[in-house]
Amino acid sequence: MSSPKLAWPGRPEDGRRVLRYVDALSESVALEMERDRSVFLFGLDVDDHKAIQGSTRGLLEKFGPDRVFTTPLSEDAMTGVAIGAAMAGMRPIHVHIRMDFLMLCMNQLVNIAAKARYMYGGQVKVPLVVRTIIGKSWGQGAQHSQGLHSMFMHVPGLKVCAPSNAHDAKGALAAAIRDDNPVVFVEHRLLYATEAFVAEGAYLVPPGRSRVCRWGRDVTVVGISNMVVEALRAAELLKEVGVSAEVIDPIWLAPLDSETIVESVRRTRKLLIVDNGWNMCGAGAEIAARVAEACAGEGPVSIRRIGFAPTPCPPSPILENAFYPNPATIAAEAFALARPDAAPWAPDPSSAKLAYQMQFKGPF
Amino acid sequence: MAASKASKSKRPNRPGADAGRIYASLRRIRRVEEEIARIYPTDKIKSPVHLSIGQEGIAVGVCDALEPRDAVSGTYRGHATYLAKGGSLPGMMAELFGKDTGCARGKGGSMHLIDMKANVLGTSAVVGTTVPVAVGFAMAQKMRKTGAVVACFMGDGATEEGCFPESLNFAALHKLPVIFVCENNGFAIHEPIAKRQATDKLCQRVATYGIPAKRFVDSDTRAIRTHIAGALPKMRKGGGPIFIECMTWRWREHVGPGDDYDAGFRSRSTLVRWQKKDPVEIAAKALAKAARAEIDAAIEAEIAAAIKFAEESPFPPVEELFTDVFA
Ligand SMILES: Cc1ncc(C[n+]2csc(CCOP(=O)(O)OP(=O)(O)O)c2C)c(N)n1
Ligand SMILES: [Mg+2]
Repeated sequence: MSSPKLAWPGRPEDGRRVLRYVDALSESVALEMERDRSVFLFGLDVDDHKAIQGSTRGLLEKFGPDRVFTTPLSEDAMTGVAIGAAMAGMRPIHVHIRMDFLMLCMNQLVNIAAKARYMYGGQVKVPLVVRTIIGKSWGQGAQHSQGLHSMFMHVPGLKVCAPSNAHDAKGALAAAIRDDNPVVFVEHRLLYATEAFVAEGAYLVPPGRSRVCRWGRDVTVVGISNMVVEALRAAELLKEVGVSAEVIDPIWLAPLDSETIVESVRRTRKLLIVDNGWNMCGAGAEIAARVAEACAGEGPVSIRRIGFAPTPCPPSPILENAFYPNPATIAAEAFALARPDAAPWAPDPSSAKLAYQMQFKGPF
Repeated sequence: MAASKASKSKRPNRPGADAGRIYASLRRIRRVEEEIARIYPTDKIKSPVHLSIGQEGIAVGVCDALEPRDAVSGTYRGHATYLAKGGSLPGMMAELFGKDTGCARGKGGSMHLIDMKANVLGTSAVVGTTVPVAVGFAMAQKMRKTGAVVACFMGDGATEEGCFPESLNFAALHKLPVIFVCENNGFAIHEPIAKRQATDKLCQRVATYGIPAKRFVDSDTRAIRTHIAGALPKMRKGGGPIFIECMTWRWREHVGPGDDYDAGFRSRSTLVRWQKKDPVEIAAKALAKAARAEIDAAIEAEIAAAIKFAEESPFPPVEELFTDVFA
């Protein structure tokens, strides 16, 4: 059984237009709002001049304050309000500038949104999108930096999406808006300025389909959210030592297309998962378990995970750097997997530094 | 700068012997934050700073009435509460610089200041979250019969979080020694209060819990101090919480060292109106020139020393990443 491979729809006839992630988000919402009167967008600060770091830019002007509006600082109740509106046939997009604030929405999302369809015997549906951004850098600190996607992956009834590039951001957000279920849509602050080829019209990057971003022979590297970009940088570094890394982006974490990952691991026999969150009970744990289950009895598979240090995120620069996986640490882990008998290797610091300036414009 | 004994003055709203102390506290906070804004463009402070410039009179008015055993709970806009209650200035500066000697050892940053020696509780970057924590701290004071109170600061936006009325109810129900202080600057980031709250009758809302509530329309430092000092004796004996709403104005931008008047969502003319009520200037007028000059000189020396301390302190060693995850 071969899983569907996602092709890049950025064909030359699309003009190969390059767009930033942040602009792809607002463009996608604008297209969906034009298409469907029941879509509206609300959340703290969506209508101010900073427009959620630019990601809601232009929407108020285009669609007016009835469909684009701010809220009180009442995330818990506002989530319930969104759920109620969704049950009544609207398609709310509820925006949070930091993923950390979703902890205030947890009760409504887990106890109502996720379960309403099921526990009410199919009488209602909750087509809700919760847009949220993982913060990073500049001393964001413990409460403005968390990647909590795995908490939502855990819960049946919730879908979770974490696109890593502008193309997928646009298509997946459209798919999330058209989905009849609650979707937690995870963005990353450092992705906002990154560019990719993005077609002008609407298109969908549907749930449950992973993307192979880069083909490789020696090791499969799965990146999540911003860690896809870091993994691609690591893959460049690995070329120096002749290690060929395959990089896979699940895009949607729930439902998760582990088939594409399993297929890759069947060839490489090595799997490194790079998460934008903690390893303990994280997305990487789920992916590792699925691969181990699928490949059981087929011969040895080596698996490693790398994610946030098992600590809160500190703001002091030296500690903050040590908290996150980076291209050098990812490359070193991947090398250890790919060449278990070789002496440990890490890229030299100057090329690791250069790796940070590497920009990737999908299709990879 | 530690909090002093609550002194009763015959003319409570007029400057007395405490004029120098109040001016010094206000001026010190103002100058510390001006220095932070000056240093910020050098990128030595890699931490989002929320300056309280213009709002200092509230923290000073409340904290000057408190005793050292009393606690304060501030917000991410917390430099003023921290300093007014006697939090260590070198510790705060070093924290902003991300240094090992910082009050949170470089693991908090500007939004998470703490100094438990001075009874300054840790601040949070998630709006409203510290309100019930302060109530719990106050409940422990009641359980342990310490007679201490907790002053719990929050912004106008924080009052929209569910935990705010929930905390009010519980504090009133159990007659807990909490001074709820709302610093109402009319905005949450760039959103004016009229877009967020159905009415501006916050004090009436709070009063329905049986909590005495009072609004200070221009947040005069002395008027706030007098009010708090007057309420404390009863509170220490189990009289229950009080609430004050202090109308104020954030002079600078929400986060960062600059201002935001060019963005067009609030007017510079309102700033000018508030600057006429500058708490630092008002306090200064109560002092003779020479007395002011002496205080000012001492403050400049203290701040310069704190910045030097922060600059010269080491960064935490990388192993520090893993300490204190658990107690
Ligand atoms: C729960 C939560 N929601 C949203 C935010 C984003 N945010 C940070 S500060 C702020 C405004 C808070 O306004 P207010 O309580 O009036 O305090 P002020 O900044 O005006 O002092 C908001 C919305 C947050 N930090 N926490
Ligand atoms: Mg405010």
